[in-house]
Amino acid sequence: MPSNTSVKDARVVALIGNPNTGKSSLFNALCGMNARVGNYPGVTVEQKVGRLSGTAETIDVIDLPGTYSLAARSADEAVAVNVLSGEIPQQAKPEVAIVILDAANVERNLYLFSQIYELGLPVIVVMNMWDRVTSEGLTVNAELLSQRLGVPVVCTSANKRKGIDELKKTIESTLRSPASTPRPEQFARAMFPSVFHDEVKQLTEWLESQGRKPSTYQVDRLLIDSDGHFQKLICQSGLPDIATKIEDARLRLQTAGCKVPMFETKARYAWVRKLIDGAVVRQESRSASPSDRIDRWLTHRWVGMLFFVFVMFIVFQSITLFAKFPMDGIQWLQAQASGGVEAVLAPGALRSLIVDGVIGGVGGVIVFLPQIAILFLFIAILEDCGYMARAAFVMDKLMTTVGLSGKSFLPLMSSFACAVPGIMATRTIESRKDRMVTLLIAPLMSCSARLPVYVLMVSAFVPDTKYVGGWITLQGMVLMFMQSLGAMVAIPVAWLLKKFFFPGEPATFLMELHSYKWPSPVVIYQRVWERLLSFVVRAGTLIFCTSILVWAAVYFPGDHLSLDSSVSKLERLQSEVSETIAKQPSSPRGTEAPIEDPNIANMQSKIDEAQELVNQQRSKLIEGSFLGMVGHRIEPFVKPLGWDWKIGVAVVASFPAREVIIATLGTIYSLGSDQDENSQGLQHQMQIAEWPNDGKPVFSLATALSIMVFFALCAQCSATLMTIRRETNSWRWPIFSFVYMTTLAYIGAWLTYQCFRFWS
Amino acid sequence: MSLPNISLDDLQQGESAIIIEIIGDDVVASRLMEMGLIEDEPIAMVGRAPMGDPTEFAVRGYRISLRKSESVRVLVRREP
Repeated sequence: MPSNTSVKDARVVALIGNPNTGKSSLFNALCGMNARVGNYPGVTVEQKVGRLSGTAETIDVIDLPGTYSLAARSADEAVAVNVLSGEIPQQAKPEVAIVILDAANVERNLYLFSQIYELGLPVIVVMNMWDRVTSEGLTVNAELLSQRLGVPVVCTSANKRKGIDELKKTIESTLRSPASTPRPEQFARAMFPSVFHDEVKQLTEWLESQGRKPSTYQVDRLLIDSDGHFQKLICQSGLPDIATKIEDARLRLQTAGCKVPMFETKARYAWVRKLIDGAVVRQESRSASPSDRIDRWLTHRWVGMLFFVFVMFIVFQSITLFAKFPMDGIQWLQAQASGGVEAVLAPGALRSLIVDGVIGGVGGVIVFLPQIAILFLFIAILEDCGYMARAAFVMDKLMTTVGLSGKSFLPLMSSFACAVPGIMATRTIESRKDRMVTLLIAPLMSCSARLPVYVLMVSAFVPDTKYVGGWITLQGMVLMFMQSLGAMVAIPVAWLLKKFFFPGEPATFLMELHSYKWPSPVVIYQRVWERLLSFVVRAGTLIFCTSILVWAAVYFPGDHLSLDSSVSKLERLQSEVSETIAKQPSSPRGTEAPIEDPNIANMQSKIDEAQELVNQQRSKLIEGSFLGMVGHRIEPFVKPLGWDWKIGVAVVASFPAREVIIATLGTIYSLGSDQDENSQGLQHQMQIAEWPNDGKPVFSLATALSIMVFFALCAQCSATLMTIRRETNSWRWPIFSFVYMTTLAYIGAWLTYQCFRFWS
Repeated sequence: MSLPNISLDDLQQGESAIIIEIIGDDVVASRLMEMGLIEDEPIAMVGRAPMGDPTEFAVRGYRISLRKSESVRVLVRREP
């Protein structure tokens, strides 16, 4: 919890504003990149606290979630107002509210301000994106606004680091001597009809007589928001008749001609108009703005669609293209690290823990960092230039067919690379229900970690049949089917989740379409860095733990003494050979002279023998390990899927990350664990594996398909589950995901095996 | 002379109108109003998404995207 680490006497200010006002870049400009991130208790909202840099006093800045209004319909939406009123446990009440406005869209942004203004906190207004004021043909008189409101107004361009020092000074001076509190006549609230004020007074008196101490703000919200957060809260708190009291008050207001909730917005916007009259002038031009002209093409019936497909193509091509090199690099580093440890440590439990548990487990996840980084980079660019909102605009209609919105498209698309960034990208979905459904189906998209499993199975067991003169191959078709299976299954799953777990009206899709702008490198760098860091730190620590657990289950309780001595012997032999080769008189390059040396050939065969022994001992140990026991125990359950205990073990062991299954299969089929999907040895071993009782081959086409279907649908990825845990702030949803996906995978694999077992 | 009432969804690209009222008092209605869609406010239709829904509108100097299910609830009159 960030608040626990904060200094006791730190002053606290809060940063609040509409979405897309550049709030996070202002936060980063104020506090640098070291924010403490946590979760508010009981909600899915991220709690972000930073420390103001370069000030004499210690000042903490709370970054509140972007919102258009303080009217809260859910606990998530109530976070902002609860923080501002000091009602969050362990979070000090902020002394100043910094309200950030989009300087190019002052009018609508001031709506939220009008509500915050009434909370009674000292306020500082920040006009961000000030550089856009001139470019969009606006005149904004900040000084006049400051006079009218009686609060300081600071103009900034956070992405260019302009106006930041002035803002810091204003924060310090406001904390020292806050401006005089505005008089209630100054509030937009004063423009509410008098009947409403009477009802508020009555309800407040009644609530006080019941021993409650509601703030004016809360009573306002009780009366205005039908089915709002505070109404739900107070109705659950055991006050008799409160629901009817509120209903009656609303009815009286209705008959008195005070339309709820319309009167509030009307009064507030009227107040805003009066406030900005003469201070904000927009040149009314009949011709479309440059941004509108771009939009005519990018959301055009054909051009827009083609452009969208083109952008997606570029993004995903880049991921596969540019990530390859750094991924190879990481794997190389991993091999170097393992080699280094093996050179220093003698074979034994510690070495196995470091090499197989730590380096192998964590490396298996880190290897996806380049892909994730590239994806985050594209998301950040698309978000910052304004195209992301258009992508959602273009895809919305398609996504509504499964009950989601256009905003779900990119998170789901991203999940084809890796579910982790996909799930993290769901933060942009405002509707909680949509976000939950998107987040729960994202792991079904075929991520890049599934591909090696498919490649291995397809190349070993799917016949290499070619059609149409070799243009279409059966293997390619199976591969494509496996890649799209998850997405196809996701459609009914989304529908069911929406129907049974997150029922209710489809969420509203009011979305602001910002004018296009050039993406700011600073903003993009910060976003990518922030997300990567949170992936590595949050997911990494837990992945580390699961890797260790699985390692322990494979390592214990077997007696590794004989294996360790065999490994030592093997390594001694190997180093002897390399030394002998090194001592040989150098032969001309390209000739294989040393191999013909009978001495070396002899040693080589000894090495092969030792290797064989090590492999056998290894697979024996696995069979006797906790994991092996589990494997034998679950054999009756996996047999209907066409699997033997070895496959069962490999699947269980691949819980931390699915691609681990290849290495595990390698170990079990006594080939050593350094197998990859193209290893001829592993493919061959699998092809000749037999059931012990009747000698039939274990692996048939049906079994291979059943394994692939299982992997297409299962949740064998601790990183994904940990990300779901983090994003939903509860263990309930990762457990739910794991259970539903494993069930789906089991049923899918069973159906596949039963359909295909008689075919081949 | 006033023209017959139509909904925001009836506007053609480039056409503008004046908001008369938002139908209903639920979350959608209050969200629309919070976003500045209030009676007597001018609003213009900017363009539709490739698949015909949602639609982009210009109001109070910014652009907002509304689904058909939302825009049919906004009654408007064409500017004479």
